[in-house]
Amino acid sequence: MAALVALGLAFPLVGHRLEDSVNGLSLGYRFDWVAIGVAAVFFGRLTIGLLGGVPRIAAFDRLKGLRMDWLGWVLAAIAIALPFLPFADRNLIDKATLVLIYVMLGWGLNVVVGLAGLLDLGYVAFYAVGAYSYALLSLYFDLSFWVCLPLAGLFAAGFGVLLGFPVLRLRGDYLAIVTLGFGEIIRVILLNWQSFTGGPNGITSIARPSFFGLVFSADPPEGRMAFHQALGIDYSSLHRVMFLYFLILALALLTNFVTLRLRRLPIGRAWEALREDEIACRALGINPTTTKLSAFAIGAMFGGFAGSFFATRQGFVSPESFTFIESAIVLAIVVLGGMGSQIGVVVAALLLIGLPEWFRDLQLYRMLVFGLAMVAIMLWRPRGLLSHRDPTILLSEMKR
Amino acid sequence: MMLTVEGLVAAYGRIEALKGVDLTVAEGEIVALIGANGAGKTTLLMSLCGRPRAKAGRIRLLDDDIAHLPTFAIVRKGVAIAPEGRRIFPRLSVLENLRLGAVTADPAYFDSDLKRVLGLFPRLKERLDQRGGTLSGGEQQMLAIGRALMARPRLLLLDEPSLGLAPLVVRQIFDIIAAIRAEQKVTVFLVEQNAHHALRLADRGYVMVNGRITLSGSGAELLANPEIRAAYLDGGHG
Repeated sequence: MAALVALGLAFPLVGHRLEDSVNGLSLGYRFDWVAIGVAAVFFGRLTIGLLGGVPRIAAFDRLKGLRMDWLGWVLAAIAIALPFLPFADRNLIDKATLVLIYVMLGWGLNVVVGLAGLLDLGYVAFYAVGAYSYALLSLYFDLSFWVCLPLAGLFAAGFGVLLGFPVLRLRGDYLAIVTLGFGEIIRVILLNWQSFTGGPNGITSIARPSFFGLVFSADPPEGRMAFHQALGIDYSSLHRVMFLYFLILALALLTNFVTLRLRRLPIGRAWEALREDEIACRALGINPTTTKLSAFAIGAMFGGFAGSFFATRQGFVSPESFTFIESAIVLAIVVLGGMGSQIGVVVAALLLIGLPEWFRDLQLYRMLVFGLAMVAIMLWRPRGLLSHRDPTILLSEMKR
Repeated sequence: MMLTVEGLVAAYGRIEALKGVDLTVAEGEIVALIGANGAGKTTLLMSLCGRPRAKAGRIRLLDDDIAHLPTFAIVRKGVAIAPEGRRIFPRLSVLENLRLGAVTADPAYFDSDLKRVLGLFPRLKERLDQRGGTLSGGEQQMLAIGRALMARPRLLLLDEPSLGLAPLVVRQIFDIIAAIRAEQKVTVFLVEQNAHHALRLADRGYVMVNGRITLSGSGAELLANPEIRAAYLDGGHG
């Protein structure tokens, strides 16, 4: 069965290839490749069938029992120390920043998908709203990053509620389709509202954030003090990279902190209850409308924060950055990490964003490896890498 | 009257499940509604909670008309339900389930309410950190009732509390319902197929057939009624 599916997929995708020959472009055939692929899938599936399931890997099983408390602290400590490590160069910090953006997006989406159980395929829309709110606010009103950050969060939350209203009655697949459409609508608007958003050209030269009024630049503008002058050290372009890194780290940790707190509050518990059983929720006097809208709004707000950070880091935004594939990657991070697991998101983001970045040299094969990794994870850990869910309150805490 | 239902009509699409139901439940009473499969018992309980919504007729809780309120608002007026099939949250712990029951209650009462509910259901106390889904059927029913009690209801609605439980556990559950009324001064309206147990427990009972109330009387009267014995009791129910 699996081999047939693979054949169907591989035949047009792998089997044909455009060849540049003397007569211009012509179609080439690579059926040997198709055969290899199909055979691999066939035997892979057969082995799994013969073994009566996937062999258990002890290391994966051990993940289950592990207390995750210390892992979180260790990861946080590594993240803080990273820029000061001897091998940390500009490249590494840049990549770590990128990973952190996705960690933050993953945590934001986790509120919607992992906690409230609302499948959102258009999460990138809020990322875009955040990025464009900052870009436009700084362009038209000359507002600084620190003013725009909360505004961008608010705008994104507003859009979250806007999306939330029409989809309140939908669940599962239907909800996914509508959110997918919403994500595309936002992108298409950004693309076509040329006079306001710059259309496909995007917005360039977005202001960089400052550190308590200190700018990161070799020769600061009149009346402003530069970071390196204030500290009395030599100018280095690395300062800005490190500053951006710490900024996103702080934002991400804030996201995590808020989410963890929310889970322990009645609203967080209501989200989880809504994911489990909507009818029971109504019967307990939980208002599903406001509960869902709040999940959308809070998730969107974090997306908006991440978006405005993205805009300020790049100094440039265009609709190109907010395609559906971004939503898909963020969703994959959440699902792979184990729905609702905060540390799972970090691990999955490292895997999905970090690995392809580090193996850029192997460009051609990285999507193949990516796909294989996904298949492997779904076979061994069908509920996500770290699917363990801690109760929000424990008996021991109640005894006091 | 705690609850007054007058001429209640409710429908699923074009199929009328309730064809004009009148009944009352006085404060502090236990009232049982019995009837065969598909008579409309569960529909009545559900439409007291606003879903399906009443097409005609009135539902009054004390002096408020609640027929047109959304479910969550009705619950906030002091109606709690342990729904059919229990509907506990399987992946949340027992304690979290109980906490969710208390979302509409004043948090100041939480600790004392929890103690009282766990006093009624000592089995739950042993399992507070366990996931709801890992409980046995009887324990899940206890959790559903306990969760409803955490809302500090004035009126407790129970939908088939004995469904799918062993006879011994059924007896336990009914003993606890009696204790709830005695200790907590909660009015109880329960729907049951297990007519024998329900009528023995209840002060009064109603019999429902095809979306209408056909008989009513005290629990003892109905138990002694030959028609009822033939229809609902001699069928082998313990």
